[in-house]
Amino acid sequence: MGDRPRRVPIGFRYEPPSNAFGWVGRVLRRHPRATREINRSVAPFENLTKVLLFSCNMCGQCVLHETGLTCPMNCPKQNRDGPCGGVRMDGHCEVIPEMMCVWVKAERRSRLLPWRNDILRIQAPLDWRRRGTSAIINMFVDPFAEEEEA
Amino acid sequence: MSAAVPPRGRFELALRSGRPVVTCEISSADGADPEDVRRRARLVRDYVDAVNVPDNTGGVVHASPISSCAILVQEGIDPIMHMTVRDRNRLALQSDMLSASLLGIRNLLCLSGDHMIHGDHPQAKPVFDIDSVQLVALASYLTREGRYLSGREIKPPPDLFPGAAENPFAPPYDFRPLRLGKKIEAGARFIQTQIIFNVDRFEEFMGRVRDLGLDRKVPILAGVAPIRSVKAARYMRDGVPGMEVPEALIRRMERAGDKKARREEEGIRICVEIIDRLRNMPGIAGFHLMPIQWESAVAEICRQAGLKPATAAPSPTNELVSPLPNP
Repeated sequence: MGDRPRRVPIGFRYEPPSNAFGWVGRVLRRHPRATREINRSVAPFENLTKVLLFSCNMCGQCVLHETGLTCPMNCPKQNRDGPCGGVRMDGHCEVIPEMMCVWVKAERRSRLLPWRNDILRIQAPLDWRRRGTSAIINMFVDPFAEEEEA
Repeated sequence: MSAAVPPRGRFELALRSGRPVVTCEISSADGADPEDVRRRARLVRDYVDAVNVPDNTGGVVHASPISSCAILVQEGIDPIMHMTVRDRNRLALQSDMLSASLLGIRNLLCLSGDHMIHGDHPQAKPVFDIDSVQLVALASYLTREGRYLSGREIKPPPDLFPGAAENPFAPPYDFRPLRLGKKIEAGARFIQTQIIFNVDRFEEFMGRVRDLGLDRKVPILAGVAPIRSVKAARYMRDGVPGMEVPEALIRRMERAGDKKARREEEGIRICVEIIDRLRNMPGIAGFHLMPIQWESAVAEICRQAGLKPATAAPSPTNELVSPLPNP
């Protein structure tokens, strides 16, 4: 299913989906304190819109575009790489029987997207420090990059 | 213990031999008696290449599989340790991988784990720090790169043999073979499937797996289990999510009646029939028996189905390398 180069199985760093606005990142990186402030003020608005649209959980490292615009953090097991083996026969969650499995929805929806093969990428493990921060700002500049490079 | 070439476990050798491999699952100790594990291990050891030990299966507390697997190593059995991301975060997982390696356990089956909501401690905090695909990747990263996830070097690195599971019987059915591919890409070296009762569905799944060429990349062991009673069959159908037990099998168990000997015989016969149907399916490298709390059935299933381990049991002079003294 598709020839697109995959993410390296484990480099274990969250990769932003696009580098088109590289200059924004360069500007932001020069002003780390201002970036933190921007992040703090953008996060509530991002939260509001994304919660309404995708019932977002504000993990701060968004993969919505790769999971058929379905937030994988709504999965009780928080699986970011596909459904667990416990999905009920009717496609509902094993933990919350009245909820449709997040990944059943994700798989169905991702078929409608032109970049449908992205669902096959192996995701990096979550960085839990990013919880509650703005994924959009994090996309441009990694808030924890300096410590890791040092 | 300073071998230049790391010793390969019996399980890996069996998979490389090209002959059908047999593995089996025994439950981890449910009490502070090591003899209990030894006794159950002795029931199955002559019929299998490796023995799986599950990790708090069904969300019900048991002894840690590390301890039970270490006992299996003492018994000269190559264990496959289940590892779930339900109870431990990435620190604990890496530390357990290293601990397993120290005790002579190389084979890891990486799973998400049954959610605790179905177990005996539903009020516990779910961890799920990473997911099962990332767990496979983590185990293979530790071995391949010789580093912890933090980048710090491990001296010497563990030599792990990670595997993964797949359940062809849960939706989204079209995605299951692709997810299997994902696990293989992450570094899984063997696959054990969920218990197969619906052979038709499994055939469909394997067709897709063969189309993707996955069966040529890693050996796939088909999971089979004997049904002990109608009650057990109904429980598996209704109580265990992601398990498909066809109505026909339940009716067959009902017809077998209530007598213990009759129904157990029928359960084993059903299991052997499923093995016979799977035996000639291309892409299957062997069988994984899951006699839930019924280890004594393994011998009978293997005898009736003609299953033999792919490798000979290690002779006393050529024992598996274990740092533990034999009792």
